Amino acid sequence: MADVTRLSAAELADALGARELSSVEATQAHLDRMAAVEPAVHAFLHVNAEDALATARGVDARRAAGEQVHRLAGVPIAVKDVVVTKDMPTTAGSRILEGWIPPYDATLVTRLRQAGLPILGKTNMDEFAMGSSTEHSAYGNTHNPWDLDRIPGGSGGGSAAAVAAFEAPLAIGTDTGGSIRQPAAVTGTVGVKPTYGGVSRYGLIALASSLDQAGPVTRTVLDSALLHELIGGHDPRDSTSIDEPLPGLVDAALRGATGDLTGVRVGVVTELDGEGYQPGVRARFGEALALLEQAGAEIVQVSCPHFEYALGAYYLILPSEASSNLAKFDGMRFGLRVEPADGPVTAERVMAATRGAGFGPEVKRRIILGTYALSAGYYDAYYGSAQKVRTLIQRDFAAAFTHADVLVSPTAPTTAFRLGEKLDDPLAMYLNDVATIPANLAGVPGMSLPSGLSDDGLPVGFQILAPAKADDRLYRVGAALEAMLESVWSGHILDRAPELEVGK
Amino acid sequence: MSTLSRDEVARVAALARIDLTPDELDRLAGELDVIVESVARVSEVATPDVPATSHPLPLTNVFRADVPEPSLPIADVLRSAPASEDGKFLVPQILGEE
Repeated sequence: MADVTRLSAAELADALGARELSSVEATQAHLDRMAAVEPAVHAFLHVNAEDALATARGVDARRAAGEQVHRLAGVPIAVKDVVVTKDMPTTAGSRILEGWIPPYDATLVTRLRQAGLPILGKTNMDEFAMGSSTEHSAYGNTHNPWDLDRIPGGSGGGSAAAVAAFEAPLAIGTDTGGSIRQPAAVTGTVGVKPTYGGVSRYGLIALASSLDQAGPVTRTVLDSALLHELIGGHDPRDSTSIDEPLPGLVDAALRGATGDLTGVRVGVVTELDGEGYQPGVRARFGEALALLEQAGAEIVQVSCPHFEYALGAYYLILPSEASSNLAKFDGMRFGLRVEPADGPVTAERVMAATRGAGFGPEVKRRIILGTYALSAGYYDAYYGSAQKVRTLIQRDFAAAFTHADVLVSPTAPTTAFRLGEKLDDPLAMYLNDVATIPANLAGVPGMSLPSGLSDDGLPVGFQILAPAKADDRLYRVGAALEAMLESVWSGHILDRAPELEVGK
Repeated sequence: MSTLSRDEVARVAALARIDLTPDELDRLAGELDVIVESVARVSEVATPDVPATSHPLPLTNVFRADVPEPSLPIADVLRSAPASEDGKFLVPQILGEE
């Protein structure tokens, strides 16, 4: 058999189901790949080898006994370190949680375990998911497999890099303003932010509760659909979870892969193009539109005039919610505890010393910004105004979706920038999320898939947005575009990424 | 819109219970001032006739059945606590003593 780590999750699942390959072999192949490339990529904060192999052995035994198992049983997966895992450290990329072992599993982790997916480890991320480059991790940078001097995106740079570097066929990400989609764009992978409430948030370390959403990180659209169907659906432990069945996502991906989009209206968002977008990004976007048209889709221009205020609203709402959510990191019940260097050791002074020592610069910046935006005298002007902009953005989406079935844009304005390039300029860093943020503010689902390489030889992402609860449209249109692009490229975009293992 | 002074950042950091070094205060004051100026643009379109939205999808209260459920085992919860005693979290004194 060819290199197992190059198979998609669907192909791997088929091979496991046909007993051509065991889950132990598949899991070990990925652990070997991790051992070979992790020194260069550093996608993982924790490797869970023994437990993953034990899960794999269990699945192999169940298959050998003729038991009916989930289609993805035995397919290994990586999980972003913001998702709590019993018996595995969970840090959210922060010193304040160094070595913390949660006493429970997130609901999505429970579903992975019940379906028998070996968990390879926990992936690197910007501290508490605050960032667009993974450089705000307290545990070092993750490197983009396309160019090790460049960022893998963020906050889920570890999950995207792991999948792009063939360390895992599947990974879990979380997306509060683009943290699944932007890393997918800059690493040549697929990432989906489901409709808000489509995947349980129980057991995600909350950043901004009204924006956070977990979703799949994969190399193909079909793999995302398979993983989305596994982790999605109602969870009584999350009161914001949607109490309805998911639409048929795998079916939609299979239908899309036939390449027929007759009658589908694709809306190009005027405000998410033009100034600030790299020429190579715009060129690949235009070519993808032409392919969609060839497949029978109707391309229409739509205007979302309030999107220009989305970034401002987001950087008020997110810090406000984060300042409240992160109040629990106080050195009392879990995580780091630091006593003040001098003076009385009171709880209040221990909290301030712990948070001063345990939080990194971006987390401090956002907590203070959020505390300010919520404080007396400023609440109406900042937080109140941002919530009104949220209404205006929802109205923009509603109007646009009367003219189009899906909306499209480049996922990010540029390809991967160099490590360190934007670290000292928070506003420049925030601008990476300009095209992904509106979906989070409105709760609508979004997908990024690769649409080619820019003039600099680095991957470009194509974003598809759909109305709330119509996630199936992402998969239909995404799978159609993927099939046409792969036909043009005669293969997957990652076939053109540099080989990371010396001597191969 | 007011600008964010160094003193204001120090006051808000104290509210947020985050100790900052003098260097951190200097840097944060400059950065936050730029960020606040940029995000304050939201007030341009946030006119009184626009209702606020706090949540992406409409939801009414969600209740579960009023039936007791077991909580997490105490030993599991205390395993990662900074300090514990007699099955409880051990924390510093709440009030300063004279």
